Amino acid sequence: MSGDATRDYRRFLSRSSFIEMTARERAHAIVDAGSYRELLGPFDRIKSPWLPLQDIVAQSDDGVVLARGTLDGQPALVAAIESAYQGGSIGEVSGAKIAGALELALGDCQRGRPIWPVLLLETGGVRLQEANLGLAAIAEIHAAIIALRRLVPVVGVIAGAVGCFGGMSMAAALCSRLIVTRQARLGMNGPEVIEQEAGVAELDASDRALIWRLIGGEQRHAVGLADDLVEDDAAAIAVAVRDAFARGSPPVERSAQVERLAARLACIDPERPPDAGSLRLLWNEGAPR
Amino acid sequence: MTVPPNLSQRGRRWFEALTGIPSGPRAGESARDADLDAARVGVIEGTPRSVLMADAALGGEVARFIAVVADVNNRFPRARGGEVGLDEACALARCVRDAIAGNRDRARRAIVAIVDVPSQAYGWREELLGIHLACAAAADAYASARLAGHPVIALLVGKAMSGAFLAHGYQANRILALDSPEVMAHAMGRQAAARVTRRNVAELQALGEKIAPMAYDIRSFASLGLLHRLIGGVNADAPGQADVARVQAELLSAIADARAGATDLSVRLASPAARQLRAASIEVRRRLAEQWNAA
Repeated sequence: MSGDATRDYRRFLSRSSFIEMTARERAHAIVDAGSYRELLGPFDRIKSPWLPLQDIVAQSDDGVVLARGTLDGQPALVAAIESAYQGGSIGEVSGAKIAGALELALGDCQRGRPIWPVLLLETGGVRLQEANLGLAAIAEIHAAIIALRRLVPVVGVIAGAVGCFGGMSMAAALCSRLIVTRQARLGMNGPEVIEQEAGVAELDASDRALIWRLIGGEQRHAVGLADDLVEDDAAAIAVAVRDAFARGSPPVERSAQVERLAARLACIDPERPPDAGSLRLLWNEGAPR
Repeated sequence: MTVPPNLSQRGRRWFEALTGIPSGPRAGESARDADLDAARVGVIEGTPRSVLMADAALGGEVARFIAVVADVNNRFPRARGGEVGLDEACALARCVRDAIAGNRDRARRAIVAIVDVPSQAYGWREELLGIHLACAAAADAYASARLAGHPVIALLVGKAMSGAFLAHGYQANRILALDSPEVMAHAMGRQAAARVTRRNVAELQALGEKIAPMAYDIRSFASLGLLHRLIGGVNADAPGQADVARVQAELLSAIADARAGATDLSVRLASPAARQLRAASIEVRRRLAEQWNAA
């Protein structure tokens, strides 16, 4: 083996996959060692009141892990969505946990006690078994991010393998800084839903290569819809989160750059739409901000 | 240009009724471009025809009215039926931010979102071009207006669906809805929701009758405590003068209530209906607050 290959091999072996971790392990991996304190954990037994009515077993954390802790000594909040439970979908309780925690962080920030909020997003969007209450909770999550972002950067991470869809893709777009891996996908409508609503001629959900080119983490980063592209490595992601807070909020939040968005759309001809590669050239303005 | 009769015209009708401005052809009619452009006086350059905006008198003040409507000639084929697409979401953000910028030194102007949106636009172009950011920009603008002290009122006159509702209306201080069978709110259309949950449409319908948050009708939505007012006794399809006056009075009452209240969304958890059907949302917040600071 050549020297380079040995180094790569060793680097690879030293990595710890973030994607393979549960939400709780992810939250542990983000905060400073020894600082983790979970809020509304499984033993608090706050479950979905709606799933048992549909003969679905409710998990006693409703698929969201909330942790207080520190990041380089700074008080922080981590909200991690567990994609292994109901696809990471947002129901009344899981949504209220995220919104409520962000609202409490906002209160602390307003009283001069900054808290660094981190969202580990791994979700298909609204839990359809709780439909309107999931959607209502997502609107409240949006509201909380927008209010909180004025006082402290809100940092989002999409690692994969589920990705981030539906109303929660808007939450990702509202984050001050967004970190993705190559295994992340970020989109409003999942490929299956597009195929269902618009037909297979619009999008073939089974064409995995195409889906990755359209909404994969690398593409999103290349066109400025995500800020950092990192390896699937828990240590690398923990560093990227700290770096994001160190850089602070952008001068104008991405979702408030409306004239930039309008200019980007104005140069698109929907009759002859760009493919993923040509969009990178079309929208290539150097650094995302 | 002819509007297919199956597309909802309610957003357009109520925009016209509340602003007094004709905005284009009705179902089955054709119109000259001049008619189409009637509502575009004062509209920000580059706004698509699918987004109507006008400042009009409401009681003793001037309010900004904004609606998303069907445009069969929309340059994006997946956004021709009144969906919130890329251009629409971007235009919503511009119209709302323009109201914020134009009001810096005066009383904060009320913003009324007339909601009749069947969905966000579902298409591969939309995903590639980041419709999630466009919709976030619209939600951001509405929330920023609310936080800046503008009373933001959503008036549901037709469908309020999914990401389209999140982009256009769900960040409002107060949500009003007409009590009519075609007024509905949901997270996903029936067919797609059935597929995703591995049920059929009939099963979904039956569940909705038992489980309020899964229902599509506006009365079930009202039972969740998310509405400020459900407005009954109004002809939603062809509003007469009395209907318009009634809705204007409700808008003014909601504006006054919003001005007197907080700029966040906490009011949605305060109603008797919310205390019943959103009890878990309230309980989560109560217990989180207890645990927030370590003992």
